[in-house]
Amino acid sequence: MQIYLPIAEVSVNAFLLLGLGGIVGILSGMFGVGGGFLMTPLLFMIGIPPAVAVATEANQIVASSFSGVLAHLKRKTVDLRMGTVLLIGGLIGAALGVVVFNYLKAQGQVDLLVKLCYVIFLGVIGGLMFVESLNAIRKTKSGKPPARKKHNWIHGLPFKMRFRVSGLYISVIPPLLVGVAVGILAAIMGVGGGFIMVPAMIYLLGMPTKVVVGTSLFQIIFVTGFTTLLHATTNFTVDIVLAVLLLVGGVIGAQIGTRIGVKMKAEQLRILLALMVLAVCGKLALDLLLMPSELYSVGAATGH
Amino acid sequence: MPRFLTGLLTLLLLCTGPLWAEEVVLGLSKDKVSITTSFDGSDILIFGAVKREQAIPEGPPIEVIVTVAGPSTPLTVRRKAKRLGIWVNTDAVEVDRAPSFYAVQTSGPLREVLKDVEDLRHKISVPRAIRSVGAPSNISDAESFTEALIRIRSRSDLYQLREDAVTVSEQTLFRTAVRLPAALTEGDYVTRIFLTRDGQVISSYDTTIDVQKVGLERWLFELSRGQPLLYGIMSIAIAIAAGWAASAVFRMFRA
Repeated sequence: MQIYLPIAEVSVNAFLLLGLGGIVGILSGMFGVGGGFLMTPLLFMIGIPPAVAVATEANQIVASSFSGVLAHLKRKTVDLRMGTVLLIGGLIGAALGVVVFNYLKAQGQVDLLVKLCYVIFLGVIGGLMFVESLNAIRKTKSGKPPARKKHNWIHGLPFKMRFRVSGLYISVIPPLLVGVAVGILAAIMGVGGGFIMVPAMIYLLGMPTKVVVGTSLFQIIFVTGFTTLLHATTNFTVDIVLAVLLLVGGVIGAQIGTRIGVKMKAEQLRILLALMVLAVCGKLALDLLLMPSELYSVGAATGH
Repeated sequence: MPRFLTGLLTLLLLCTGPLWAEEVVLGLSKDKVSITTSFDGSDILIFGAVKREQAIPEGPPIEVIVTVAGPSTPLTVRRKAKRLGIWVNTDAVEVDRAPSFYAVQTSGPLREVLKDVEDLRHKISVPRAIRSVGAPSNISDAESFTEALIRIRSRSDLYQLREDAVTVSEQTLFRTAVRLPAALTEGDYVTRIFLTRDGQVISSYDTTIDVQKVGLERWLFELSRGQPLLYGIMSIAIAIAAGWAASAVFRMFRA
């Protein structure tokens, strides 16, 4: 069934969009990532104009994250306190990120920088997670108890706060900084930032994996909601018909994904996320390295 | 189809009057295309007749060229090249005006029915319909950028050249169907008919087809432009509601 999208001004198959939304929704619920880093390139591939894809994707992430967070709230696996601290950092970061983005745009080559950002961050994070999860699995197999979190420099910082759900008593500075960093990257790369935040929460803040997913989703709702509003009011590129089709599939997928996630071991979950991140990274890297089949591309006029 | 036949009959009647040159009398199966949510492209039947005062002139037969052009916009065409091992956009050429859609249909091979000079004057063929004045001085092969634009748009049927697609009978009646693809933009689509003999344009006629979004499409489009904040809030509200609904439905299943 073909459907004409009013803002994107293209006609696409409605079932294809529902399916894409569903698959990305499952991953979103399982791993606590918004799925933007997967969905945005997929939307480019089916012919949605990039500006519309990025803006609409933000709107769809609001829906799938909200659906996912409700499931997590019910099981009390959301650290609202930590989420709020991350959110404050995230909004500051997003605002900074927009400034950086516009600066890069003025320099030209913003597409390339966004792609390089993707390859570097996805590669580093995916690689680290993969190695770490493999080690964790090996340790569990050999019967040794997992190493207890060590006290490091993070515990020496002031403004300590108790995060009961995460079982942490740490300074608010690291989570704030994580939020800012994720916010900046999210604004530049046009994604929710879950794939950066989840590992940062696990490895930098030492939060338990079970809490990380819900908390990350909680923060993503607000950051992507903010982004949607920005795109809708400045670029007029949010396509509500496209968003509805994606999110119908997405919210259902997120519910299924959350349930799958609960049944899996934390290490398995992390290794799967790592593999997925690495796969996307590899695809993007190949695009940059291999000779494209069409060297030319058509874009809107930039003005002289 | 009955409408098409009555149109033809009217045209035939018009042709019998005393007239003084070879001129086009035109009919369209529709002069308005409505883009609805389920819009999946549209076929437009273009038909007409040649009205003339005397008998059909001697010499080469009359040929017909039909063009349909969507609204034109300026564009940037970029080319990638390998720099430090990765493919990046290096060169860019601004195209001053290129139609978002352009179809040329002829009654014979374009080169035979239309002389180059005439093509230049009336801007009929696809490359002529694109206006590109000058590229930056560092780019020597500006034509390859225009060629790439045509290649990319032809691949998605936005630019079409269909030779022998116009049927001409008795040197008087002609008809053709133009296929508008699903990915259509709004605007006035200028439709031109050229009559040629021996490659020379002897008469031309133009009209417009109005392509517009209607209903829900129109409403959403105007809301997003006129009330962007409201539109944005509505988008988020729908997202939140959908997220909540899915969660509620699943809870019911589990209970």
